Amino acid sequence: MNTQVKTDRSHGTGLEEQKYVAPKVDIFETGDEYLLQADMPGVGKDGIQISLDSNELTILGHRATGRDKTATSCNYLHRESAPVNFRRVFVLDPTIDTNRITAEMDQGVLTVHLPKAEKVKPRLIPVTD
Amino acid sequence: MPMTLTTLNRPSLWTTRSLGEFGDLQDEINRLLDEPLAELRGEFFTGWAPPMDLIEDADNLVATVEIPGLKKEDIQVRVEDGVLSISGERKPDERSKKAEAHRTERFYGKFHRAICLPKPVKVDAVKAAYRDGVLTVTMPKTEEAKPKQIEVRMG
Repeated sequence: MNTQVKTDRSHGTGLEEQKYVAPKVDIFETGDEYLLQADMPGVGKDGIQISLDSNELTILGHRATGRDKTATSCNYLHRESAPVNFRRVFVLDPTIDTNRITAEMDQGVLTVHLPKAEKVKPRLIPVTD
Repeated sequence: MPMTLTTLNRPSLWTTRSLGEFGDLQDEINRLLDEPLAELRGEFFTGWAPPMDLIEDADNLVATVEIPGLKKEDIQVRVEDGVLSISGERKPDERSKKAEAHRTERFYGKFHRAICLPKPVKVDAVKAAYRDGVLTVTMPKTEEAKPKQIEVRMG
């Protein structure tokens, strides 16, 4: 699921390759909406970019570089984390009301609310005489 | 690779395993051989091992652990006998309890990580902060452990 994206920098030397890792996600469905939760540790509210292109939802998460890990005075004794940004693309069901999508970020977990369109919500049908 | 979330193509949580009339015997034998081992492995390696880094700068040893979505109260940090140990538990979201799950890749439950510190640290001055799902433990080194510049004099 990890991706490589080539972006065209108009003033640069053409295509620039960037590596991303796919965040782990949970997807739940309630009566009213789909709830998508993605683990993106090290990404703050400002580092999140969610874009929607027709029915393709792209989530980008840029890690905050609070600590300058390239400084010569600091030295890795042990390393398991990967300093790459997060990216994942989802194709949305047509029943999702794309105008009402909302998202929130809490301690490295992104929650995206994908509300179902009114017409597909489960409802009771009244019986008339 | 885009993932589809349509009613017709929902990712299923469990794949059903059935041995039909002329089922794949080899698969079934492999399953019988693997399952007791998987159970045994489970006893030794339960839980979640979140990625941990240990960095050294001039004054401190700094450990970072990526544990998104926890509450501050659910994280325990201890420094004892030169070992830093971090444990905690991620509890499932209340909102997900009554919902139907389509995909569950994230880990819930307890974790424990411990690392031997290569230098002595001032245990009383250790600080821990939790931000954006990353726990940072800053441990100041003792005076003896800090690098010293030795002046060279003319003999």
